Amino acid sequence: MEELLRILSDLHPDVDFETQENLIDDMILDSFDIVTLISEISESFDVTISAEHIIPENFNSAKAMYELIQKLEDEE
Amino acid sequence: MLFTSYEFIGFAMLLLIAYYCCPKKYQWVLLLMFSCAFYYIAGPVYLIYIFITIITTYFAACMIEKNADRQSEYLKIHKAEMSKEEKKSYKLHEKHIRAGWKIGCIVINIGILAVVKYADFLIDNANSILTSFGYTGKLSFASLALPLGISFYTLQAIGYLIDVYRGTVRAERNLFKFALFISFFPQLIQGPISRFDSLSKTLYSGHTFDIKTVSYGLQRVLWGFFKKVVIADRILAGVQTIIGDIQTYNGAYAFVGMIFYTIELYADFTGGIDITIGIAQSLGITVQENFIRPYFSKSLKEYWRRWHISMCNWFRDYIFYPVSSSRLIQKVSKFSRKKFSAAIGKHLPIYISSFVVWFATGIWHGASWNFIVWGLANWFVLMVSEELEPVYLRFHNRFHLNTNFLYRLYLIGRTVMLVCCLNMFDCYSSVSDTLTAFGSMFTASNWHIIWDGALLNIGLTMADYCILLAGIILLIAVSAAGRSGGVRDKISMKPYPVRLCIWFGLFLIVIIMGAYGVGYDASQFIYNRF
Repeated sequence: MEELLRILSDLHPDVDFETQENLIDDMILDSFDIVTLISEISESFDVTISAEHIIPENFNSAKAMYELIQKLEDEE
Repeated sequence: MLFTSYEFIGFAMLLLIAYYCCPKKYQWVLLLMFSCAFYYIAGPVYLIYIFITIITTYFAACMIEKNADRQSEYLKIHKAEMSKEEKKSYKLHEKHIRAGWKIGCIVINIGILAVVKYADFLIDNANSILTSFGYTGKLSFASLALPLGISFYTLQAIGYLIDVYRGTVRAERNLFKFALFISFFPQLIQGPISRFDSLSKTLYSGHTFDIKTVSYGLQRVLWGFFKKVVIADRILAGVQTIIGDIQTYNGAYAFVGMIFYTIELYADFTGGIDITIGIAQSLGITVQENFIRPYFSKSLKEYWRRWHISMCNWFRDYIFYPVSSSRLIQKVSKFSRKKFSAAIGKHLPIYISSFVVWFATGIWHGASWNFIVWGLANWFVLMVSEELEPVYLRFHNRFHLNTNFLYRLYLIGRTVMLVCCLNMFDCYSSVSDTLTAFGSMFTASNWHIIWDGALLNIGLTMADYCILLAGIILLIAVSAAGRSGGVRDKISMKPYPVRLCIWFGLFLIVIIMGAYGVGYDASQFIYNRF
C-alpha cells in the first residue's frame, strides 16, 4: 500500500489519497492520470491492468486500486 | 424528416399523444414503430444497414454472454478438480472465443461504415498517388449514400458489445428491445452516443403522463429550437459568405468568419441535442447530457471534458484505455524507461494512445484530410499543454493567480480563441483553404471592416446583428445561470404569470425571429453530416 500511495502522491502531491474515495467521480484523476498510473503500477507491482479493469469502482480510492492489484496478483 | 421541419413537429406530437394513450406495457413497442417509421421516411434502403448492425450486434452479444455464463458454470462445478494452471488455461481459451465474436462483429460493422463513408476518400487519395506516378487512368468513385446516423449508431452498437464482453452490462435478450436501443429516433441523427446501462433504465419501462416531466421536456425542445433557428440558422448566411470566397473575404473577414462559425456550431449542435433530450424527457426517458457549458472551460483539456461528452467518453473507454493499457504499449513504455528516462516511459503511452484517439476522432467526423488535421492539431495542443503543466503549476503557485477573477476570465478567453482557431479546419473543409485564411489574419490590413459597415454586406442586416447579439447574450446568461442549478427549476418557482410570459415569450421569439423565408433550409444540422 505504501508503494501505491507513493505513486499516487507523485502524481498529485496536493491530494490526500488516504482519505479520498471519489477520485474519478470528483474528477481528481483524469484519463491521462489513469494511464500514468497503469504504467507505474505495472512497473512497480508487475501486474497487467487491462482496459476492462478501468472502471471508476477500481480507481475511486487508493484502497480500491490496491484491492485490484491484489486480485491481479492472485490471478497471475 | 428533420428536427426543425413541420413534419417532424407533427410526428413528435402524434407520438406524444399515442405514447400516453398506449398501455404502459407496450409504450416501448410504439417507440420502436415510430423509430422504424422515422428511419423508413429518411430512406427505405437505409433500413438494411441498421438492420445488419442490430442483428450482428444482438447475436454476437448473446453468444459472448452465453460463453461467459457457461464458463462460470463450468468453473463452479469443476473448481475442486482443476489446478490453478488448468483454470487459467481454460479461462484464456474461453476468452479467445468471446474475443472472436467481439472482433468479428466489430469488423462487420466498422467495415460497413468504412465502405459507405470512406470508400470515395480512399479512391480519391489513390487517384492522386496514381497521378503522381504518371498513370493517366483514374479509379471511379463508389458514390454511396451515407445512411442516416450510421456514424452514431455504429459507435453505440460497438460500445454495447464491448460492455457485454467486459461483463459490465447484461446482453439484452429481446431482439426488438435491442433494436429500439440502437434505433431510438431522437438520438439517431446526431447522438448523444448512449450507453446501454444508462438509456435502458428508462427506455423500456412504462411511463405515466406527468405534467411536470412533459412540460420540462417541451421547454427544453423550445430552447433547442431557439438556439437552432434564431442563432445558428441566422448567422449561417454570414459564415457561408465568408468561407465561400477566401480570396475576397480574407484577413479580418476570416477572423469574423472563425468567430461566427464557432457560434453557429455551438448553437446548432447544442440546440439539436436539446431537442433530442427534450423529446426523450417528454416521453419520460432520460438521455445523458452531452455538454456542460464547454465555453466556460479554462483549458483545451477541460473543454474536451465538457463538449460532446458522449463521443469523448466513447473514444476514451473503447480506444484510449485499450490502446494505452495494451501489452505492446506497456512494453514500449518499459523499454523507454530503461533506454531513455522514467519521465519518457511514463508519458509515452499517453502520447501514442492520444494520437490514435485524435486520428480516429478526426476521421470519424468526416472522410477528408481537414478533419484528420483538425484531430491531430487538437492532439498536438493537448500534448504541448500536458508537457507545460509543471511550468503552469510553478507560475500559478508563484503568483497565486488561480483565484483571480480576471486571470480566470483570461484563461476562458484564451480557450475560446484556441477552439475557434481549431474549428477553422472543420469550417473551411480544406486544409490549404484553412491555412490560407488563418495566415491572412496575421497579415491583414482590413480590420476597419469591423466598424465601417462592411459586415452589413455579408448576408446579414443590422436587424440580424441585433437579434444575434441579444440571442448570444441570452445564451451566455442562461449558461451562467445553469452553474447554480437547473434553469427550468428556477423558472418553475416563479409566479404563474411570470412563467407564462417567459415560455410564451420564448415561443414568440422562435416564431418571429427564427431564420425562415425564401431560401431557408432547415435541413442542415452540422452534425448530421458526420
